[in-house]
Amino acid sequence: MTNNNWTADQPLISINDVYKSFGDLEVLKGISLDVKQGEVVCIIGPSGSGKSTLIRCINALNTINSGSIIVEGMEVNSPDLDKLELRKKVGMVFQQYNLFPHKTALENIMMAPLKVLKEPLEKVEERARKLIKRVNLEGKENAYPGELSGGQQQRVAIARSLAMNPDVILFDEVTAALDPETVNEVLLAIKDLAHDGITCILVTHEMGFAREVADHIYFTDRGIIVEHGPPATFFTEAKDPRTKEFLSQIL
Amino acid sequence: MNAFQQYFYDLAQESPKWNFIFFYDSKQADRVIEGLWMTIELSVICVIFSVIIGILGAWLQDAPSKTVRMVVQGYIQFFRNTPPLVQLLFFYFALGQFTPTYSPDGWLEIPIISNVGWAILSLSFFAGAFNVEIFRAGIESVPESTREAAEALGMNRAQIFLYVVFPLAFRVSLPSLNNNLVNLVKTTTQALAIAVPELLYQMISIYNDYSTAQNACMVVLFFSYIILVGILVMGMNHWERKIRVPGYGN
Amino acid sequence: MATRLFSKRNMPRINQKSQQTDLPVLKPFTYNPHGQIGDLQFSRWLADLPPQAFLLFGFLALMWPVIAAAQSNFTTTQAFEALWRWLPFIMSQGFLMNVVVSFLTMLIGTIAGVLLGLGQISPNFWLNKSCWFITQLFRNSPWLVLLFIVMLAFPYEIKIGDTYIAIPDWLKAVFGLSLPIMANISEIVRGGVQSVPTGQWEAAESLAYTRHQTLWLIILPQCFKRMIPPWMNWYAILTMATPLISLLGVEEIITLSRQAMEAEDNYPELLMPFFGFSLFIFFVYCYPIARFTIKLEKRFQVNG
Repeated sequence: MTNNNWTADQPLISINDVYKSFGDLEVLKGISLDVKQGEVVCIIGPSGSGKSTLIRCINALNTINSGSIIVEGMEVNSPDLDKLELRKKVGMVFQQYNLFPHKTALENIMMAPLKVLKEPLEKVEERARKLIKRVNLEGKENAYPGELSGGQQQRVAIARSLAMNPDVILFDEVTAALDPETVNEVLLAIKDLAHDGITCILVTHEMGFAREVADHIYFTDRGIIVEHGPPATFFTEAKDPRTKEFLSQIL
Repeated sequence: MNAFQQYFYDLAQESPKWNFIFFYDSKQADRVIEGLWMTIELSVICVIFSVIIGILGAWLQDAPSKTVRMVVQGYIQFFRNTPPLVQLLFFYFALGQFTPTYSPDGWLEIPIISNVGWAILSLSFFAGAFNVEIFRAGIESVPESTREAAEALGMNRAQIFLYVVFPLAFRVSLPSLNNNLVNLVKTTTQALAIAVPELLYQMISIYNDYSTAQNACMVVLFFSYIILVGILVMGMNHWERKIRVPGYGN
Repeated sequence: MATRLFSKRNMPRINQKSQQTDLPVLKPFTYNPHGQIGDLQFSRWLADLPPQAFLLFGFLALMWPVIAAAQSNFTTTQAFEALWRWLPFIMSQGFLMNVVVSFLTMLIGTIAGVLLGLGQISPNFWLNKSCWFITQLFRNSPWLVLLFIVMLAFPYEIKIGDTYIAIPDWLKAVFGLSLPIMANISEIVRGGVQSVPTGQWEAAESLAYTRHQTLWLIILPQCFKRMIPPWMNWYAILTMATPLISLLGVEEIITLSRQAMEAEDNYPELLMPFFGFSLFIFFVYCYPIARFTIKLEKRFQVNG
């Protein structure tokens, strides 16, 4: 159900007491967090802590067992959720890029606005070309994903999700499958988005990036949020022993 | 008689074992052309039907009803694990006796499905069973993550299938599909068993009438099929190359 | 810079060479190491099949004579009694011939096919090209046409020393059927050898192995396991092609079934049971082979 009373001063995404199990395995054990408009949120934590599952629940790729996720007034956990409306507002970029191999880079970006939003071709093409420029891939419009490097593909994936003009973009460990040299070009693109005011939720291992760009960092372990805070205090004044242990392993 | 025909006529006189009678006798030539035409007709119609059956079966394999899925599996296993020749015989003789007949003149009873009809039915279902598996494998080869990406962009199930899954599945299935279609064309020769007048049948009739033409018939028969199949294979390879996407499936 | 699209674990069948062996029957099995629910469902359906398939088939085979019986005096029971009477004869002299022919053909075809396949990868240009040509020729010819040609062209007796040995019909049929089998086995061998990474050849070469040693001691042992499922698959296809020899007068299950029906005065009610039985016996013979083949392929896929 869409609550049209949502206003910009309320959190863009409101996650309340979410529980999620896969069969007998409980992955999320009561997660609550809020994301305000324009915020950049980083979720970090060891493998298996439920970070990816959490953001996949936000755009309804996974369903939750209990709790609520409210995106711009829409309850994701409701049976009459309008998935199309949700996906127009929430974009997602995957770890494995998942570009459509039979379409060129430009076509990949144009496909959803054309087929799903049914916008006119010229408008969509113009916007797609602007987006390619924005992620620094000018000249690669007609290349197929098989001809692009990992970093280039990931940037096309970012442009593809931007083409739908979402209000928030979810990034699921988008640099984990890349070579170290190409990680940077992708992070630059994301930084660019953040500066333009797009709300971003990142699951990432890139601590340097988190420290530089994030407004708020959440540390999850075994299905709960152990600690959270702004980067200024999070890295230096971690209180919980688990957080300290995790940070000491990677910093 | 023109020069071409004269040459073969003379050849038949000189070497009695090499009577290429259909090259100089127009009646036999007609038989060969009829046979060739029947083979081509059978091949084309069976190819089309079997592809339709394949797509239908692949779609039904996903059906929510367990009975439907069982029936499709039963159909596939039956047609894949029994000889196509015996399928032809069974369809024509055993099932054919139950087809209703009509009578144009009050005396002659003509069944509504002729032997050619049964050949088409039997061969289409035979090739269709393999096609279901081929299309199934193609669809399953599209990674779940690609489907998810399409879903995350807001596409509904029909759009995902039409714009993402099917183009990719098709490219994966095409080599196996080509193979199956070539196999189908070769299997049409077995329709001989139910007296369908395709090329092999016509050639056998000719050398039954003219025993000297036996060697000639076999040679021409052999090369005709090589050429037919060769054309099909070349056409399919050309198609494969045309729809190839760089970096995918190599 | 790596230009791979998906890492191997996401598109297991796409990146593997074995996609290149063209087997119309063998389903290219996609095994996702992440264990998708979809794949398990398929295996479950397959495993669920045996009782249903036989029941369904048996039900169909029984149903039709009931309809036929309503139209004539010859009853269903009599039709099945006739089948029962002729069963030993059809099985022992009919189906046995099919099986014997299939074994011999597979034997000859495999030996010739392996040689042809090795010829296809030979560095000698003429050997290479002629083997390739022979393979393509016999792969793309209809089996029935090949049978006709071989059986008509074959001498009906050969002279060894002073004695004339008559060559029985079924032996000619064996040679006729072994031609396409030889071509297809040749393709399997060629595909198998080509699927072994070139690194193996290079390593062997740097250890001073000759080409012959490399092939027999290093390459073939590696791809041997992978060649078994397609080889078994062709055996099943071959078995199902053996009824073709009935069209050339060899006495096997179909010929004998027809003769039996003649002896029983050709009542149409006999057609269902007799032809149905032939289908049934081939199914019983080939279905376990098919299941076993898929199981083997799964196993070799995971380890190989």
